[in-house]
This record gives sequence, structure tokens and C-alpha cells, in this order.
Amino acid sequence: MHVVRPYGDTMDDGKVQLSFTLPVPNGAKGREAARKLVLSWGFKECEVVHSTVLADDFSMYVAYAKTEQSIDYDSVVADEASADASMDMEAVDAFIKEHIGRKIVVVGACTGFDAHTVGIDAIMNMKGFNHHYGLERYTGIDAYNLGAQVPNEKLIDYALKVKADAILISQVVTQKDTHIHNMTEFVELLEAKGLRERFICVAGGPRIGNKLAVELGFDVGFGRGTYADDVATFIVKKIVEKQKA
Amino acid sequence: MSTKLHLPKESIDHARQLARAIASPVVDFIDKHSSVTVERAALRLAGADGANPDGVPVPNLVVDQLRAADPTMLEDGAVLRYVNALVRTGDSVGALNARVAAGYNVAQQPLVDREKIVKKAAELVTTAADRIKGNRAHRELKQEEFHGRNNSPLLYLIVATGNIYEDVKQARAAASQGADVIAVIRTTAQSLLDYVPFGPTTEGFGGTYATQENFRIMRAALDEVGEKEKRYILLTNYASGLCMPEIAAMGALERLDMMLNDSMYGILFRDINMYRTFVDQKFSRMIDAYAGSIINTGEDNYLTTSDAFEKAYTVLASQFLNERFAYSAGLPARLQGLGHAFEMDPSIKNGFLYELSQAQMAREIFPEHPLKYMPPTKFMSGDVFKGLAMNTLFNFVSKATNQGIHLLGMLTEAVHTPFMMDRFLAVDNARYVMNNMEGFYDDIEFKKDGIIVNRAHDVLTKTISFMEEVEKTGLFDAIEQGLFAEVKRPKDGGKGFEGLIKKGPAYFNPFEDHLKRELGLER
Repeated sequence: MHVVRPYGDTMDDGKVQLSFTLPVPNGAKGREAARKLVLSWGFKECEVVHSTVLADDFSMYVAYAKTEQSIDYDSVVADEASADASMDMEAVDAFIKEHIGRKIVVVGACTGFDAHTVGIDAIMNMKGFNHHYGLERYTGIDAYNLGAQVPNEKLIDYALKVKADAILISQVVTQKDTHIHNMTEFVELLEAKGLRERFICVAGGPRIGNKLAVELGFDVGFGRGTYADDVATFIVKKIVEKQKA
Repeated sequence: MSTKLHLPKESIDHARQLARAIASPVVDFIDKHSSVTVERAALRLAGADGANPDGVPVPNLVVDQLRAADPTMLEDGAVLRYVNALVRTGDSVGALNARVAAGYNVAQQPLVDREKIVKKAAELVTTAADRIKGNRAHRELKQEEFHGRNNSPLLYLIVATGNIYEDVKQARAAASQGADVIAVIRTTAQSLLDYVPFGPTTEGFGGTYATQENFRIMRAALDEVGEKEKRYILLTNYASGLCMPEIAAMGALERLDMMLNDSMYGILFRDINMYRTFVDQKFSRMIDAYAGSIINTGEDNYLTTSDAFEKAYTVLASQFLNERFAYSAGLPARLQGLGHAFEMDPSIKNGFLYELSQAQMAREIFPEHPLKYMPPTKFMSGDVFKGLAMNTLFNFVSKATNQGIHLLGMLTEAVHTPFMMDRFLAVDNARYVMNNMEGFYDDIEFKKDGIIVNRAHDVLTKTISFMEEVEKTGLFDAIEQGLFAEVKRPKDGGKGFEGLIKKGPAYFNPFEDHLKRELGLER
């Protein structure tokens, strides 16, 4: 057992900061409503330290509260594919040379109507992101970034044409679960063509978890904070795993 | 204007000459061509509106009828056949629209005397011109009445709920919090639709459909809140994608004040065919110029795709080209909101000085242009506290260099579409910074040969050598070879290429003729 609570400035003080908006006018009544609301969430103490008017009948609150709830840290299992031990670019390239012995091919796109390429660009473009080079930079990888708003069908055709080992799908827009429909359609298309086992399928995006991606039929899902290193490491290890199988 | 960067005038003049040389063959191409959306925009100005029971808009029905009847029919201009049908039936515009929506085919009607068509068309031109001039006059009147009440730079906020009625609520709140400009983001798929949907809409992904009815609804709401706040609230939409000129026409008719509109964005970042885009952008800008609508160009996209420090010169080169294409469409400098962005990696040493340098350089090279400055997005993360700090520096640079249009950064940029309180915090932060630095721009000078001055000289030099390469290669080939934004676009590839139309010897577009005359573009 390793029991933990939020830490303000003293172990186990249980202090948290909150901010939210209420659809009521700003004033003493609004602040009292905010305080009582916070207490109703199970907090033991609450101090509303700031309130301000946002618009007619809307006001914002900043509050500090104390919780007595705790969690057994040892009981927690994380749902994250991005392993702490991902290899960097040089190590991945060396791994490809040693264990695969040929260039591997990766195709990626923002599929469906999603026009936000920032995620796929961060993983694939030469430059990469935050000092982690993208897949285009890897000597052992032929990377094709097809950009935004690519239909699933077209992506699969392209992957076949260039004999891809892995397909990356980036989904940034998640309004009305559009990403789920789109990811499901992709996997169903592959299965209908009998191609699901032909490719390693990787999903990514700020609101994509590994659990969700695997449930939808992908090999893996990468969320916030992922770099090309994480994606490349997963792909090369998976290729070797498939070779052995 | 006093200079702080001491950029050599001959270098700036040289860059402008290069822009002219680069644009010149493209402009020649544009003038010989039209497109399906240019034709539909002219039809919309003539009054074509509404949709059939399947939701196909009347302007599309007309253009599609002409194409289906004879692929060369559009070379004479779609307005010819539309007006011919008006003369033939004796219908009002509204009655003809209903008739077309019900299946009436304008392509199958024999042509009446051309004189009759020309006369009727002239009436329609007058009607549209009067309405657009009236909108312009109303805007000017209100801006005069509320003179000095807007922030400087103008504070620009985005709404994007997907539902126009929900957008109205958010926009009202944003305006009462202090926004000067409201932009309604479009649903993510709209730029690639080759038609503009009809009527009010309540379903969209990451934004709301641009429709003429949605424009009207938002315009009325902003006028109302503007009266209350005693500030003219500017309304913005997107004259971009496959329907650039149609959106511009709808915006002109409904008094939109700004349009996102870039001469090359669609080609590079949406894979729209290059010939189509160049043709479309010109007619859209002519309409914007006549309507007094400020364009916002998309240079920020170069920086979110590539490295903002290394590729800074691509922004300046694009600004020169956007300026040149805008001038050739009759758009004066005061309506050219040339874009740029605060997108450098926050871990770069002296990054703030480089951002300041870039913004000041744009200010000095484009002194009369209402520069559109975009906030950090690429390096925003779930660390909303750091995000707020980055937005503060962005606000500082904007005020310190006297930018024109300031798109407010959201502390939750990387997390979700903004909460109401996120917008409030953005306005509050900007007002705090801008009030504290009100006199800074006039008070500050930069050290000669310092980091800021040297950086600007360096970027200008790189810009010129890049533009020389583009000039030598030719713009069409340069895009094909991937000189811009590291993307390669084949000349006959991309979306919408089939919608390009060669103008025939008898091409008839009285709206284009009128705009050319009014904007002084007659050769």
C-alpha cells in the first residue's frame, strides 16, 4: 500500500485548486453557490478566492478546497502505450539494420474530414517536434505523409502501392465522436479487404488512448506527449514480433 | 514612419519588384480564365439563391445545367444564360430561382437579343452594387459613430460550436467581454465542398457551415450587441477553399467585414489545384475590395508546418506575394491584413527578440496594412499556466509593434475548444498588457547592430534570395517543386482542377466588368 493525497505545501493536506463558470450573475450569492457546490463534490473545506463577471448572467470562480480522499498508488495501472523506454532515432535505425535488414515503409495521414495535420506532422515530418526528429529523418524508414482529409480508402490503396509495413492515422477532431466513426470505418475496410493482418495499424491524437485504439481494432494508440521515437520503437518491435510468429 | 530597424529601402523595393515579376505571368493566366465558383459568385451577385429539394444550391444547378448541355457553354459566362431565362420568362429573380429549383433548365432556352440581356443584366448589377455600397456606407457610419471605442490592435475572437444559434450566444458574450472581431470558424469539411450550403445550419464538426443565412443571423446579433457596447463589432468568415469568390459575394451582400483569404493557402495546405486557386482568389479579392472587406492572409500556416525560426523568410516572401496579388485585384493596402504568427519554439534563447524583430519588420515593410497577428498554437500544451504566460509575451510583441488585428491566444488551445472563461481570460490578459504598454511603441528604439535589428536584416536578405529563386523557376513550377512549405503540388493535380474554365471571346460577366471599372482595373 502506498496511500497518496493531493499535496499543497504539507504532506496529506489534500489541497486542490479549481476554476469554473456558473450561469449566474457575479456577487455574494454566486460565490456562496460556488462554495456550496464545491462542498457537494465531497470536498471538506472550500474557499472561493476570486469571482468575476464574464457576461450577462455568467460568472467565473477560482476556489481552493481540501479533500480527504486518497488513492493506493500501488494499485494503479497506467493505460499508455508510449513506453518509458522508447529507443531514440539512432537506436531505432540500428535496430532496423540488425533485426529487419531492409528499409521499413510507413504511411500516415489525417483521415476523414480532419484537417489538422499538426499531430501527423509532429510524428512524420523531417523536423519532428520538440527536438525529436520525425520519421522522414530516419535512415531505416521510408515515410510518406499524405497530409489532411485523406479518405480511408485512398490511404489503404496508397499503403498497398508503396508496400507499407505500418499505417498511421491521426485524429485531432473528436467532436461528436467523429474520430471513433472514422477509425472504425478504417478497420472495417481493411477487414473487408482481408488486409488487416497485412499492416501494423497505429492511431494517434491528443484524445486517443491506447485502450480505445485497441478496442477499435488498432495495434496501438498514442496520445498526448508522444514523439516519433515512441511510434518508431513500437513499429520496429512489432515487425520483429510478426516475423517470429 | 520612423524606422527602428533601418532596413535598406532598395532591398524592400527589390523584393516588391520580384513579387511583381513572379505574379505577372500568373496574373496573365488568371485574366484568361474563370471557374465554376467564379461563375456561381457572379450568379449569386445577380440574385441566384435557394436550393432544390436535394439541397443543391441554385447557382450550382445553373452552372451544372450549362456544363451538361455543352461543355463550352460556360466559356460565354453563366450570367448570360441566367439573365436570358429572366428575360424569356419575365420572372423576378426570386421566381426564376424557384423555377430552377423545381427543375427548369436555363441551358435549353434559346438566346433572346443580346441587347435585351445586356440591359437586364445592367439592372441586376445596379441592384447588387447598391446593396453592397449601402453595406459599406452603413459600416463607415457606425465606425464613425463609435470612433475610438475599439481596441488597438483589434481583439479577434473565434466561435466554433457547429450550431449558428449557439455561436450567437458565444459571440454575444465574447463581444461584451471586449472582442472587436468575431470569426465564425467553418466546419472542417467545408473548404473542400464545391458548393455553399443553403439556409441556417445547426450541425458542424469543429465549426459552423458558412451559409448566407448564417451570415445574416450572426450579423444581426453582432449589430445588436454593438449598439449596446457602443462598438462596431466586425464579423469574419472564410473566403477560402473551393468557393472563395462565392463566400466573398455572400459576405459582401451580408456586410461581413473581414475574410480569411490567401493567394496560395488552398494550394499548399488543402491540395486545391493551383490554377483554380489563383483564378478564384482574384475574383474573391475584387469583391472584397468593392465591399470594403479586409482580407486576412494565412502566413501563419507556414510556421505551424515548418520551423518558425528557420523558415521566417517564407512568411515575408508570402506577404510580398499576397500583397502583389491583392493589388492586382484592386485591394488597397488598408484592406490587406497580411498574416504572421508567434510560433517559435519557446525554448529558443532570445526567441522573444526574434519574434519582436519579425513583427516590427512586417510593420515597417507594410506600414499601411492592418497586419493580422496569430498567437502561439504549435507549442501550446496541456500546461495551461505556461500557455497563459506564452500568450502574455505574444500580447506584448503585438502591442510593442503596433499590429492591426490580434487573434487572441487561448490558454486551453491544446486542450479543447474554448470555454467561456478561457475567452474572458484571453481578453483580460490582452487588455492588461496593452493598457500597460500604451505608449511603448512610440517610446522605444532598437540598438543599431543589436540582435533585433540584425535578425530583421538577415530575414530580409534570405527572403530576397528565396524570391529570386522563385522568380527564376516561375511560380507554378516553384509550387510543383515544393519550394513553398516543403509540399509539392503538381500543376494539373489537386482538387477542383476540372472546374477551371477558359474564357471565350464572347465571355459575359457584367459583375466582373463593373468591379473592374469601379476598382480602376481596366487596362
